Amino acid sequence: MEMNNETVLLRMEGITKEFPGVKALDGVNLTVKAGTVHALMGENGAGKSTLMKCLFGVYQKNAGRIFLEGKEVNFKNSKEALENGVAMVHQELNQALKRNVMDNMWLGRFPMTGPFTSEKKMYDATMEVFEELGVKVNPKTIMSTMPVSQRQMVEIAKAVSYKSKVIVFDEPTSSLTEEEVEHLFKIINMLRDRGCGIIYISHKMAEIKRISDEITIMRDGKWIATEKSADLSMNDIIRLMVGRELTNQFPPKTNVPGDVYLKVENLSGMYNHLRDVSFEARRGEVLGIAGLDSSGRTETLESIFGIRTRKSGKIFLDGKPCRNRNSGESIKNGFAMLTEERRATGIFGVRSIRDNTVISSLHRHKKYGPLLSEKSQREDTQRYIDAMRTKTPSQETQIRSLSGGNQQKVIIGRWLLTEPEVLLLDEPTRGIDVGAKYEIYQLILNLANEGKTVIMVSSEMPELLGVCDRILVMSGGRLAGEVDAKNTTQEEIMTLAAKFA
Amino acid sequence: MSDLKVKKPSKIEEMKAMSKKDRNRAIGDLLMNNAMFIIIGIAVIFIWIQEPKFLSMASIVNIVNLTMAKLPIALGVGGCIILAGTDISAGRQVGLAAAIAAGLQLTTNKLFPGLQVMPIPVAIAAVLVVGCIIGFVNGFCMARFKLHPFIVTLSTQLIVYGCLLMFMQLGTNSGQTLSGMSEAYREFVTGTLFKVGKTAVPNYVLYSAIIAVVVWTIWNKTTFGKNMYAVGSNEEAANVSGVNVEKTIIMVFMMAGMLYALTGFFDAARIASVNATTGLNYEADAIAACVIGGISFVGGIGKVSGAIIGVLLLQVIFVGLNFLSVDPNLLYIVKGLIILVACSIDMRKYLVRK
Repeated sequence: MEMNNETVLLRMEGITKEFPGVKALDGVNLTVKAGTVHALMGENGAGKSTLMKCLFGVYQKNAGRIFLEGKEVNFKNSKEALENGVAMVHQELNQALKRNVMDNMWLGRFPMTGPFTSEKKMYDATMEVFEELGVKVNPKTIMSTMPVSQRQMVEIAKAVSYKSKVIVFDEPTSSLTEEEVEHLFKIINMLRDRGCGIIYISHKMAEIKRISDEITIMRDGKWIATEKSADLSMNDIIRLMVGRELTNQFPPKTNVPGDVYLKVENLSGMYNHLRDVSFEARRGEVLGIAGLDSSGRTETLESIFGIRTRKSGKIFLDGKPCRNRNSGESIKNGFAMLTEERRATGIFGVRSIRDNTVISSLHRHKKYGPLLSEKSQREDTQRYIDAMRTKTPSQETQIRSLSGGNQQKVIIGRWLLTEPEVLLLDEPTRGIDVGAKYEIYQLILNLANEGKTVIMVSSEMPELLGVCDRILVMSGGRLAGEVDAKNTTQEEIMTLAAKFA
Repeated sequence: MSDLKVKKPSKIEEMKAMSKKDRNRAIGDLLMNNAMFIIIGIAVIFIWIQEPKFLSMASIVNIVNLTMAKLPIALGVGGCIILAGTDISAGRQVGLAAAIAAGLQLTTNKLFPGLQVMPIPVAIAAVLVVGCIIGFVNGFCMARFKLHPFIVTLSTQLIVYGCLLMFMQLGTNSGQTLSGMSEAYREFVTGTLFKVGKTAVPNYVLYSAIIAVVVWTIWNKTTFGKNMYAVGSNEEAANVSGVNVEKTIIMVFMMAGMLYALTGFFDAARIASVNATTGLNYEADAIAACVIGGISFVGGIGKVSGAIIGVLLLQVIFVGLNFLSVDPNLLYIVKGLIILVACSIDMRKYLVRK
């Protein structure tokens, strides 16, 4: 292979991927040259991961072609990609943690002596790669005993041992210290000098400016621009990433925030990176929380609701302290929590719409001692099917057979039946079609009009700007700032979101 | 958007609208999903042709009696399966309860020499308390230490068996079979409720029916029952929704323990003798019955009526094979196959097709 900066290693052309009802990728192009670091940037949900999954055959693309060194390829799975010299260092490392380093390196292709795997060959081959990369790790260490940074090095070493020509780094620095980042960059530079093409996915502007030669920016599943890194300022990048116009996809805001109702002081997580979050929310207010993935948004809501262990922090309702030690207590105190992962923590898939609706408010139906009234359960359910305009054949239908938007409406109905004063909504419109989104925005504003306090986490910035009164911006587990939704810009929020990242 | 009520077309309408290939697949699915019932139906007809007495009134009453004797344990195991768990300590718990009930009702008591025959309510209370304690241990270990139900109940199965063996060694009994229970106890459990033709229907059929009604009410009409289904279908979501998950799991296993205890209480009088093998492998029958009756290992799914149908069908098969004078050793193979086939068919319904 020529060691020439203009040799194209990987070319993805017009990649299109459709999921039912959503066009996740729309004719995306990406060209990676040998001996360069190519940054891939975009907001959450812009389609970066989907594009990579199409490259590695995790998803089958609907249209478009992929060329590796001029030859068209169509990998069926990541193993095939790896064998052809295309590797990925994942954000969440996929490793057999209970096994040692060399087992992980050579998994699926153990060096053999006759019919037996050869520990010695494996050890020597591992050491060879490690010396080349300057990695100081004993190949016999058990993976789970090593810090994430070293496990990442093993992943990189594995990619190198496959003689990979194209290596994708997905948010590689998200859990590294500054020193570790330096070592990582040294290795990336070394790989670049050897003529590898690096695809570098990250949200961190400073890093991107430092390490990358070229930048491709995506937005809403579309290719937006590919430029020399030196030609783009940080502001240019942010503008290109968020530059969509707000159309009237939001109902008019009529709510008037009143007195302070909820007060949170010095909230910190016991088993997560949440640190010292303090804020206030008013009656009749929609308070947004913005931030990148893993900035602590979800942790904030779940800590308030008592389903994550707090290390410290006080919660006050109307000036009175409340403890919220578990979800049951929080519900009694007037909190409701719509979780982010609807399928994992929201729905009871095999149970009926009715069971899913009444589960959090069963005490309302105690009519004869401990026995529950079927009739009042049916009435409550019907009331919320009608109010939420949920499309379902009957109350007895299993909730898993409904569309995402209708499932979400059922769960919102569940929470409204608990008659909450504070609603904690984590990505309330995730995976929902546009029509249903509007209805949910309307509902949020109606709740605020009734004097409820709504706190809403979202990755979609236009949504926060369109629905909220104030927006808290989180970064790296801390509160990075607060903005007024009427007088802010997406650029300002993005800059705050990168503050501690 | 005005038409909110989406009318669900009937199965037949749906099929008419399909292409030939889709229709064949739909019919195939329908047959596969009900394969267990079809197999059992064919088996019943086959046995009936070979031996017409199999479906005589006396035989049917006998099958119903047997079904009701095994129903409480099946309902107990059913609750555990709805929690997406299982309970393999069930059979040994039945054995221990039977031994305790017998021990309090022997006319000449070698276990507790000199002990008078205790009143029946005392015996019932004793087995229920023991069942509650074992159930609590089972549930607590699962809920608090997040242990797999299989591991927990495997351990308690051994522990309960050890307790049973030691119990049988009490006094001067030295492990002998317990028999010679008081007349009042035998009459209370096996006395004639009414007769169908010449065949007696014993009292325990009524008790078992009452137990089924109580369990149905608990499962369907109480907060605890609703919570049980919720925890079984999605523990995380239940936790978010304000359900006390730990308490629910513990209560399900305590309730199961009580149902096993009652099964043991009936069995001691029904069989009129208790030894260390009483209750052995009962959990296998109970699990098989639940699975046949649609109580799914997926969790969160299952009805009391399903458990009843499951136990009934299983007894039909056992009695039928008995009529054919099939080698009793073969029964184990049949049971094993039934569990495997029924679970495979059930799992098909809940697989995410890719």
